[in-house]
Amino acid sequence: MNLRSIPFSAWIGIAGIAIAIFCAVFAPVIAPFGERDVVGDIWLPAGGDFLLGTDNLGRDLLSRLIYGARTTIMVALAATVLSFSLGMLLSFTAAVVGGFTDQLFSRFNDLMMAIPTLIFALVVLAVLPQHLWILILVMAVLDSTRVFRIGRAVALDVAVMEFVEAARLRGEGSLWIIFREILPNTLSPLLAECGLRFAFSILFLSTLSFLGLGIQPPAADWGGMVKDNKDGIIFGISAALIPGAAIATLAICVNLVVDWLMKRTSSLKGGRGDA
Amino acid sequence: MMESGPLTGPVPTDGTADATHPRSAELSGVPAKPNPAANPANSEIGGTLWRRFTFRRPLAALILQRLGLSVGLLFAVSLMIFGGIEALPGDFATTYLGQSATPQAVENIRKDLGLDKPWTERYLSWLGGAVQGDFGTSWASKNSVGEQISRRLGNSLFLAFFAALVSVPLAVGLGMLAVQFRNRLPDKIINVVSLAAISLPEFFVGYLLIMFFAVQYGIATFPATVYDSMSVTERLSAIALPVATLVLVVLAHMMRMTRAAILNVMSSAYVETAELKGLSMFRIIARHAAPNAVAPVINVIALNLAYLVVGVVVVEVVFVYPGMGQYMVDAVTVRDMPVVQACGLIFAAFYIFLNMAADILAIIANPRLRHPR
Repeated sequence: MNLRSIPFSAWIGIAGIAIAIFCAVFAPVIAPFGERDVVGDIWLPAGGDFLLGTDNLGRDLLSRLIYGARTTIMVALAATVLSFSLGMLLSFTAAVVGGFTDQLFSRFNDLMMAIPTLIFALVVLAVLPQHLWILILVMAVLDSTRVFRIGRAVALDVAVMEFVEAARLRGEGSLWIIFREILPNTLSPLLAECGLRFAFSILFLSTLSFLGLGIQPPAADWGGMVKDNKDGIIFGISAALIPGAAIATLAICVNLVVDWLMKRTSSLKGGRGDA
Repeated sequence: MMESGPLTGPVPTDGTADATHPRSAELSGVPAKPNPAANPANSEIGGTLWRRFTFRRPLAALILQRLGLSVGLLFAVSLMIFGGIEALPGDFATTYLGQSATPQAVENIRKDLGLDKPWTERYLSWLGGAVQGDFGTSWASKNSVGEQISRRLGNSLFLAFFAALVSVPLAVGLGMLAVQFRNRLPDKIINVVSLAAISLPEFFVGYLLIMFFAVQYGIATFPATVYDSMSVTERLSAIALPVATLVLVVLAHMMRMTRAAILNVMSSAYVETAELKGLSMFRIIARHAAPNAVAPVINVIALNLAYLVVGVVVVEVVFVYPGMGQYMVDAVTVRDMPVVQACGLIFAAFYIFLNMAADILAIIANPRLRHPR
């Protein structure tokens, strides 16, 4: 792949994502203070010892931001991977097997999508105990409905191709057809979709945390940090805006990369060859 | 059919796909294809009646079908909201009293809340009440849920209505502007800005606006409290910031989708023919492009209004606005199930019926969808 062909906007996106991932991986090394250490007064302004100031309990905002990158990215990534595996497996099964299975999966998916995602999550999280893995699972299941819809449409296009028919006539099983025939041929459009789902997961997780239903304190997480510091806004303290800006920046960066990936897959049919 | 993009909340119900779908008729309880094996006399009369009706009034029949489908869907959703909660692990009584509660205390509170009856019985009585607007009493505050909702629903709709009033003309206008200057500077600026705007979380936009307009300049009020004795102008100034937030959140989506829809029409062969005939730009847009672009644009608007209904939840929490969204979030944190179920059902109902409206409007605006092959 030619590096020069990557547009400037995509480079910005890649750089932003790289910085965020760097922070997430090396959080204990680069953070000046601990995640839960109270190091100063409440809501100190930015500058001096504390580069971004302190939060509502006197914890260093920069350190929490760096640790928060870890939680936010990890949970969003886990939910995306899970939702993607689930959605793709079910949608490909529906497309390959067809008939009653397809009808059953598709109608159930329609039913799930008839309830707004956030409302569905609120209803479900009201009942379930608050654990991290439950949160990831709920996010993944709700998100997989979108993956299912797109995955099924893409897989149906491929499932009628000659080489799939040839595989069927050879006597290959459904599993072979799903993983060896359809999956490799649908991977590139679905990859861009995966990026979009990741951006959506970050926003969704942050929204849930902001509403107090996502990651529970004292663990640092960007959405939760906005919630912690929101009362400062009235006094003109911008501590809540900093994690908010971090969420927005990361989501914008992911979207910039996805935008480029989508243009690339749509303009170059079979552009995977040089990847 | 244009792809709405997976970031949008609304379900992209495809008009053509559903119309040809045999299940849609079945779900709505309308015997589109009567089964001759079962009760021949009855089903044949119903079948011919319905068939004659579809033949004479295809539009009315389609709309009736959609209405039936939506009601059926809503029923299924109510079952899911209620039954799903029953199926999930976790019991209110034990959560409420904590891990160390005695079995006797748990038993008492279960009986108190009616949780000892079988769930089918509770579901039927809940559904029966919900149809009449009675959603039971809140577990936490012991108030009537229906009463609270009737007061808050008006507030939420007030907010969503003004957000729609501002955002719809603005989105359509900007979308047309982007098409007019396609691939030139204004279009590129609009593209980049809207891509960024899609990525902004609602609460971030909200607090940013509060920081600037309420705290720095002091020209707007925060928190956006409204009460009954307020005059209309007072109310409007109170909701200025929440409305602005909602507009910013929906605008980018709506505009991008409008742009795609209009661009789709403008790049078609008949518009090119009109251009080559030497017609004026105004005539091309007014006579050739607009009638064909109306259907997708209406669809876009209805889908985004459905999204607005959900966007209200976060915005209300940010601005401490006494609406449905805040009520629901508060109830979720204390696990007040009657309130959560009622709010969930009402939000889902709005969402489903706005999606249905999008479908029906698309059918009305585009006659081709009325005659599925």
